[in-house]
Amino acid sequence: MNRLALFIPLSLFAVLTLILLLGLDKDPTELPSALVGEPLPAFAMPSLQDPESLVTQQDFADQVVLVNVWATWCFACRIEHPSLNALAEQGVKIIGLNYKDQRKAAQLWLLERGNPYSFNIYDELGSLGIDLGVYGAPETYLVDAQGIIRHRRVGVVDKRVWEAEFAALYQELTGTTPVLGATQ
Amino acid sequence: MLVLQSQLLLANAEVVEFSDESLRPRYQQLIEELRCPKCQNQSLADSNSPISNDLRAQVQRLLEEDLSDQQIKDYLVARYSDFILYRPEVNQTTWLLWGSPLVFVLLGLLVVYRLYFKQRPSESQSHSQSQNSDQISPEDQQRLDSLLTDREPK
Repeated sequence: MNRLALFIPLSLFAVLTLILLLGLDKDPTELPSALVGEPLPAFAMPSLQDPESLVTQQDFADQVVLVNVWATWCFACRIEHPSLNALAEQGVKIIGLNYKDQRKAAQLWLLERGNPYSFNIYDELGSLGIDLGVYGAPETYLVDAQGIIRHRRVGVVDKRVWEAEFAALYQELTGTTPVLGATQ
Repeated sequence: MLVLQSQLLLANAEVVEFSDESLRPRYQQLIEELRCPKCQNQSLADSNSPISNDLRAQVQRLLEEDLSDQQIKDYLVARYSDFILYRPEVNQTTWLLWGSPLVFVLLGLLVVYRLYFKQRPSESQSHSQSQNSDQISPEDQQRLDSLLTDREPK
């Protein structure tokens, strides 16, 4: 019998171990994004600040924007908020999607913590959330001037995430390079 | 715990009302086959997370809007990716998932086949030889001799 054949089980085991080891690095809570490369879903929703006025995707047509899904009940959004403030100060246009929240509480939040948003979509029932495939706040989408979603981040955007996932793409789309400090 | 769970399930079942009762079995089957995107391993039927509540309500709405089961699944896959299906369709990213069990079964059969047919011929050979005569072939005799001489203590 070919002696090398005896090593087949061992090598199969080694391959399996390697695959499982690589799997350990993957975050099981992260879903593949169905909408990256697709246009942002069309919407017409009330604005957070003014219940009477409707906002649509036309309000930021031809602009590169971040769409940030947040809520006052979302603890991680507290951590993320300073980063959004810092980005807005450097000229990043951020659209808020206030997700399944209470209007009063959300307005108060923006007064207390500063308002990095150009405007906020008030998605009381989470219907735009379903269209976007939102499954947990915060989420952040980078939308290009053609209205195409170029990147999606589920979870907090901080310095590390901004540099690793957003900065290069944002630079490519706008030519500007906003930076986040270590505390943001 | 079980009692609590069954009560919750009952509560869920009671809340949902359909214009046409024939939708209910389809609804039940769909929410059992759809996976809660926030949870690690629960169907929409099992999960009480807010997102599952919303998605159950959405499934119900879509059923009332007369969409087919396939259309409802497509609707959710377009938003939440294949992750949402407990039985994802065969496509570029899932063929390995669906195909690998078949490959492993075939590999197993191959191993069984080889082990079986490697042993059988020698068995039947020796069997028939012992029937025909007690003599062993000259080659085997030679081999036996050489083995025996090798074995002798030096």
